[in-house]
Amino acid sequence: MDRKIRVLVAKPGLDGHDRGAKVVARSLRDAGMEVIYTGLRQSPEQIVQAAIQEDVDVVALSILSGAHMHLFPRVTELLAQKGAEDILVIGGGVIPEDDIPYLKSKGVRAVFGPGTPTQTTVDFIRANVTGR
Amino acid sequence: MLARADPDSGDIAARVLAGEERALARLLSGLEDQSPWAGAALAALRRSSARDSRAARIVGVTGPPGTGKSTLVDKLIGIYRGRGERVGVLAVDPSSPFSGGAILGDRIRMQGSPREARAVDGGLFIRSLASRGRLGGLSRSTSRAARALEAAGFGIVLVETVGIGQSEVDIARLADSVVLVTMPSAGDEIQTIKAGIMEIGDVFVVNKADREGADRMVRQLRSALELSRSALELSPAGPEARPSYAAHPAPPPRSPADDSPLVLKTVAETGEGVAELVEVLDARWAKLRDSGRLEERRRRGALAEARSLLADRVLGELEALEGGLEERLADEIVRGELEAAEAATLLFDSIRRGGARA
Repeated sequence: MDRKIRVLVAKPGLDGHDRGAKVVARSLRDAGMEVIYTGLRQSPEQIVQAAIQEDVDVVALSILSGAHMHLFPRVTELLAQKGAEDILVIGGGVIPEDDIPYLKSKGVRAVFGPGTPTQTTVDFIRANVTGR
Repeated sequence: MLARADPDSGDIAARVLAGEERALARLLSGLEDQSPWAGAALAALRRSSARDSRAARIVGVTGPPGTGKSTLVDKLIGIYRGRGERVGVLAVDPSSPFSGGAILGDRIRMQGSPREARAVDGGLFIRSLASRGRLGGLSRSTSRAARALEAAGFGIVLVETVGIGQSEVDIARLADSVVLVTMPSAGDEIQTIKAGIMEIGDVFVVNKADREGADRMVRQLRSALELSRSALELSPAGPEARPSYAAHPAPPPRSPADDSPLVLKTVAETGEGVAELVEVLDARWAKLRDSGRLEERRRRGALAEARSLLADRVLGELEALEGGLEERLADEIVRGELEAAEAATLLFDSIRRGGARA
């Protein structure tokens, strides 16, 4: 059967800037995906709960506050605790190059910084979401 | 689009019964995708669920876009959770007719206050659904999703429709009670909810009632409801005389013996009036159950759903017809050689013959 790719776009942490997250959400929708947008200031627990209830294929995290080194790994850790490590986790926002290897080692599969063409994100998701 | 191994139906049903959220989430996805395994899992789940399936209340929340449906649902969740009920929520948003994608944003407004952390306590399951081309205000499988939540032990199932305006009445077939949400507006208030929509509301809510014009809206709704009520009672054939279409059977009509729908004022943002709405819903539910009208309503809903599935199936058969019969007939209609009704007969006969050429 025809299955849509479902993506949770989430903003962990305390910064109030969700323009980037909304641009990504729209471009994923325009690529035919079903995007659940959960709004600002979500705790990792809320994000993981939403990801599971919504049965998403992808969790896309956006953060600009600098707390990514703590919050991104917390999300992948909680997903693993729930047996949901098969959900693809990607990140975006203001993330220094030097932090990316650590985030990847914690299960964040890709990090898209400012200025990334939205098509790059769409292509990455299409290429990396597989049957599960 | 994606291949994912089909789970075992019996296994999914057992895990849902054991309270595993992920299994329930997978089941809802399977139902949305019309996967055969999910249909079998739902059947197994409902058969093995010890619960009386009528134990759950299905409450529909519908109304034009921007009237505050999601915020009202958020406050209803708070009250029902406060009473210790397990609450399931299905929130439907439209799919883009162009890309087939969707942005599902109702969840944002349903997470309670930041301090509540309500979505992580296991008593609340929120699922966003995309309408996927369906025009009645719900997705094709919303009623099956509601039954899955019911069988999984959620005592309250809140179903929020796509923002509606004119004829999106599917919710009346699914829900035990329909809350129709409106708000004060400038100009011709009743224009925002037209015939058809007015008839499916069991409880009318004028939300954002702190805005100017709320009382006028309440008065207009009440008088419009009285008019449509007396028209129903005066109709010689009675309320049963509704048009019925194969693909869109009429929603179960409200019996004239029902109490008149109530009109309430709320300010969902602050929670004002929501406790009164819950009281009204409680009273209505008790009456529905005790009078036997609940069974009748659900029976009609089940029939309408089966009929709608049948219509989908017939259309599926039509698409599977070989040889471009549909296109040929369309050409003939355009050239004036055939009438559309004749073409329908030819197509119907062809389906009955199992797809042989006309």
